[in-house]
Amino acid sequence: MAQQEQRVERELTMSRAMVEAIAHEMREDEEVFYMGEDVADYGGIFDSTEGLLSEFGHDRIMDVPISETAYLGAAVGAAQQGMRPIAELMFVDFFGVAMDQIYNGMAKNTYMSGGAVNVPMVLTAAVGGTYNDAAQHSQTLYGTFAHMAGMKVVVPSTAYDAKGLMHNAIRDDDPVVYLFHKRLMGIGWMPAPDGPKTPVPEDEYTIPFGSADIKREGEDVTVVTLGLHVHRALEAAESLAGEGTSVEIIDLRSLVPLDTETIRESVAKTGRLVVVDEDYRSFGVTGEIIARVAEGSLSDLEAVERVAVPDVPIPYARPMEDEVIPGVEDIETAVRNADSK
Amino acid sequence: MFEDMVTARYYEERLQEEYLEGKQPAFDISAGPIPGELHLAAGHEAAAAGVCRHLREDDVVTAPHRPHHVAIAKGVDLERMTAEIFGRETGLSKGKGGHMHLFDPDVGFACSGIIAQGCPPAVGAGLAAKRRNTDGVAVAFLGEGAISQGAFLESLNLAAVHDLPVVFVIEDNDWAISMPKGRVTDVADGSRRADGFDLPGVRVDHDDAVAVYDAAREAIGRARDGNGPTLLEVQVHRRMGHFMGDPQSYRPDEDSEAAQNRDSIERLAADLRDRGVDDEALDEIRERAHERVDAAIEWAKDQPQPDPEAAHEDVFVNPPSGVTESEPDFDLAGGDD
Repeated sequence: MAQQEQRVERELTMSRAMVEAIAHEMREDEEVFYMGEDVADYGGIFDSTEGLLSEFGHDRIMDVPISETAYLGAAVGAAQQGMRPIAELMFVDFFGVAMDQIYNGMAKNTYMSGGAVNVPMVLTAAVGGTYNDAAQHSQTLYGTFAHMAGMKVVVPSTAYDAKGLMHNAIRDDDPVVYLFHKRLMGIGWMPAPDGPKTPVPEDEYTIPFGSADIKREGEDVTVVTLGLHVHRALEAAESLAGEGTSVEIIDLRSLVPLDTETIRESVAKTGRLVVVDEDYRSFGVTGEIIARVAEGSLSDLEAVERVAVPDVPIPYARPMEDEVIPGVEDIETAVRNADSK
Repeated sequence: MFEDMVTARYYEERLQEEYLEGKQPAFDISAGPIPGELHLAAGHEAAAAGVCRHLREDDVVTAPHRPHHVAIAKGVDLERMTAEIFGRETGLSKGKGGHMHLFDPDVGFACSGIIAQGCPPAVGAGLAAKRRNTDGVAVAFLGEGAISQGAFLESLNLAAVHDLPVVFVIEDNDWAISMPKGRVTDVADGSRRADGFDLPGVRVDHDDAVAVYDAAREAIGRARDGNGPTLLEVQVHRRMGHFMGDPQSYRPDEDSEAAQNRDSIERLAADLRDRGVDDEALDEIRERAHERVDAAIEWAKDQPQPDPEAAHEDVFVNPPSGVTESEPDFDLAGGDD
């Protein structure tokens, strides 16, 4: 990231950075439009479209009835006609309402048509817990979308990345699932940690999918993570540095495609791998990362640990939610365990 | 009916106070004694009270994400419901569900935080009643924002084609978060949607609890007698934002004012006075309701926080081998931070 980043003073929240990219693409291309629930007059429940209505009007910032099957399917149809819709699923947890349009249409139509049609749409959705909203509004379903073939899956952790990845997502000729963590958006009523607010150039720039970012360099243990947990891992690394443990933190930035090379190179250096994820533990991101490293670099691996949500729905009450969502201390413990092996 | 309505209104006023503790002046959704979001139903009371008066304990009700007034009218345990909203161990769901996910099987009550997703389970409850030859009835409550969902339309059709004892109650408050009804549907009278499924549709205007009561008596009676489903739409008003903390900048001031001025509780009180009930009797009901609510809230706040380890319980009622409840089968995710 350091090489790409221009010298800029201006810092943006992640939501402002996303919106800036969307606005730019909408100015450049009449075919780009945004549809979703409460995205126009409200500006997006998580500020994902704040301010866009006044510039682009209701025709291009389109509020829709609560009917995910209809509007996500409509986005698929418009994309197949060559338009570039961005369709917002308010909470990722609601994807089940429209699963067929996502899993059987958006993801598969390019393949099933033998490439005769393609689906250049972006599906955005809010993910994540940490504010006690219980099992139907707090999931982080990274693995669900990455698991099925046919969709690119992007997860920014900073404002800089959010803008560059959004430019890329809108221009991509394939369907892209762009998952933003609520806690990183910089919304007034849900304070973000300091990390996601970063300098953001005013000009456009893209960040290629499949390019993981080393957010902190280290020698002893590699931590691979994404989204909110990049910031928790950074905090853990800071505290572990005081104990003399040097932690390297890789922010995946996209799950499909996955930058296996950067992870393997880091593990070749450290020999110790910790994967941190806010999604469920089984059959998910942690298992996939470890499998990729084992497939290609088994001899480099001296220790493996994974930190994820145990296989339980996200509970409501604070003590229980804190128990299941990985915290800074969980990451520190995992790194210490890996380092001691 | 009046007592259910004043109980629900006062309950939500008290919840609002508790919810805002620690969230003022800067609203932070993760602060304060009540976790998560809070969707209040002030202005909706007539729909729940008028319908649920005709229901028995063994009838089934499903409510949406704005459930308190329906829960109270259906007789959900007020203390355990409150403990659940505070996220306590003795709550209805042991602190796992919270205010959008209240389950009280003792009185046939459940809800879902996903729009329109209470409709199919209500159809299932109606199916069970019919299959078992009981005269049980199921009622699905939903908002007018939910009428665009497939789950609602498919449920109407399934209930109609099998003549199931289900009543669908649309609480029409004119707003689906920031979307006014006119931008959600071209059919202003939602009860007309029943025509498409060849079942009776009835609309009650003006937050009128007595009119709801009369219409619901007929609809529930029809269901109980084996004559199939009804779609009932009730005009209510959203006195609050969609959720606590919603700035409502999308909503014209005059609409908010109109909602404040049209109060189903005042309307019913006037109606009762006309029928000869004196103010003293109404005040007694209010006082009784307030005492009950205050006691429930005090009790709930005294209840213990759940043990963090309890998060691992209840995933299965019959845990498969390899999954040890109460003790995670790994040593990392899950600490004490």
